[in-house]
Amino acid sequence: MQKAEGRRQKAEIGVARHPSAVTRYLTIYGALWRTSVTREMSFKGNFILWIVVELLWFALQLCFIGVLYLHTNSIGTWTQWQVVLLVGASSFIQQTYQAFFLTNCVNVSELVRTGKMDFLLMLPINTRFLVSLRQVDLGAFINAAFASVIMFYAAARLHLHPTAVELFGFLALCVVGILIHYSLMFMLAAISFWTVRAQGIVWGYYNLFNIARMPDEAFRGVFKVVFTFVLPVLLVSNVPVRVLADKLQSPVLWPVLLGMGVICAVISEWFWRVSVRRYTSAST
Amino acid sequence: MKKYWHVIGIGIQNNLTYRVNYLTRTLFSFIPLFAMLSLWRTIFGGQGGAISGYTLAQMISYYLLVAVVDVLTAVNEDDWQIAADIREGNISQFLLKPVDYLWFRLSLFFSGRIAFMAVALVPLTIFIACFGRYFVLPAGGTACLAFCFSLILTALLQFFISYAMAMLAFWVLEVSTFIFILFAFEYIASGHMFPLDVLPPALKHALFFTPFPYQMYFPVSIYMGKIAGADLWQGMLVQAGWVLLAYAFARFMWRRGVRHYGAFGG
Repeated sequence: MQKAEGRRQKAEIGVARHPSAVTRYLTIYGALWRTSVTREMSFKGNFILWIVVELLWFALQLCFIGVLYLHTNSIGTWTQWQVVLLVGASSFIQQTYQAFFLTNCVNVSELVRTGKMDFLLMLPINTRFLVSLRQVDLGAFINAAFASVIMFYAAARLHLHPTAVELFGFLALCVVGILIHYSLMFMLAAISFWTVRAQGIVWGYYNLFNIARMPDEAFRGVFKVVFTFVLPVLLVSNVPVRVLADKLQSPVLWPVLLGMGVICAVISEWFWRVSVRRYTSAST
Repeated sequence: MKKYWHVIGIGIQNNLTYRVNYLTRTLFSFIPLFAMLSLWRTIFGGQGGAISGYTLAQMISYYLLVAVVDVLTAVNEDDWQIAADIREGNISQFLLKPVDYLWFRLSLFFSGRIAFMAVALVPLTIFIACFGRYFVLPAGGTACLAFCFSLILTALLQFFISYAMAMLAFWVLEVSTFIFILFAFEYIASGHMFPLDVLPPALKHALFFTPFPYQMYFPVSIYMGKIAGADLWQGMLVQAGWVLLAYAFARFMWRRGVRHYGAFGG
């Protein structure tokens, strides 16, 4: 057993010694996955309870839609099942993001406060890579799967028959949405380099992305402009769903989402670099 | 009694060190609130008239009042702190000292609310002022008085339920999942998400057999004059009943918990 372990380690070091950057990072990421799975499985009861919590809140959103449509036939041009599709897509994007990134973003302030960031900064790999992807939240994948089931059901109720191109576009835009979630949240997290005590971060994040599951036509004026072009949360799930449900009222919408995704990613990387420069180790 | 006044005083000072945190919390909470108001405005715009007896102005006022009641009565981090006290053994000292842990925590809860109020007052007033033309005034003097009294009962009910819930920390290591599950039910059934009147009548009626509507919907409805006359007094009695029941339950959970409790280390 120990021998096998040793051989595997040796193999990993072997890969590291002749590294193509991609295989090297993939190997490291594989190792991070293994430790995450081990960690999650050591608290099985808790693991299942967190899935229940998330499912309950998802069901709550659907109940809300159900209640709203007892009293109206449409919100703007959005019909009931289109909004269900929207809530499903929004949850799918959020849960996938959560699976890969959320815990890690939340932990940044703790790393800064305790000075554990020292250790991560010294490792010979990209610090942002390690900080962003250290832990995987496996329960969130299960919740993302539930969200997909709801999306399939809503699409069936809408008699949607998306073409392969539309389906691919939808998934690609979802990935951009996840990227936007991550970029914005990582910026929020990097604030902890400035204030150290940044417990409000998760709170802020949830409030901000709360509106991602609302149909964009409910908003007008300054609010809509800010949450489209400054913090593009209104695009994140609305645009992919519009592509899928054949609701694109203008062809510039998806390039806008794509562009905003790139801009967010660039700003977030810039902000991260500026923030790290401010880091003074807490331990010394 | 005097010692609890001291606790309140110290609690306020402690809480005010988190004023920036409170301020950002308040400001961020305006985003979903504003979104909710826009959503309803769009729905009303689509058809005009009233929905389940609510005009647009009343609907907007309902959500603004929910925000106010939330600032005044919601349990913020008290349940987490209580659970942590139990888990880390800090409650040992309360078992020895002539300070009752429940009254101690209640004092801290009130001081937390006072500090939050002090910070949230200005931004919340400005936010409400922005919707000034929609904001309805209290239905009358009696309604206003009953609203204030009902608010206190709501705060107590919120606190005792959270306290009892946090007692689970005597038995399980991680209580946050349980707290979030309860919170989900509270969120929808207390009228946080929408006024309970928009539900089918049978469902609304059934909810009134639970304590949830008395955690939010009830005081707001008093303010808006949706509950008045005999219903009002009867409702207040029921609310007071729930408070007593929740108090008894909190005490019961504590007693069972302490019997189960083993203090390790210092």
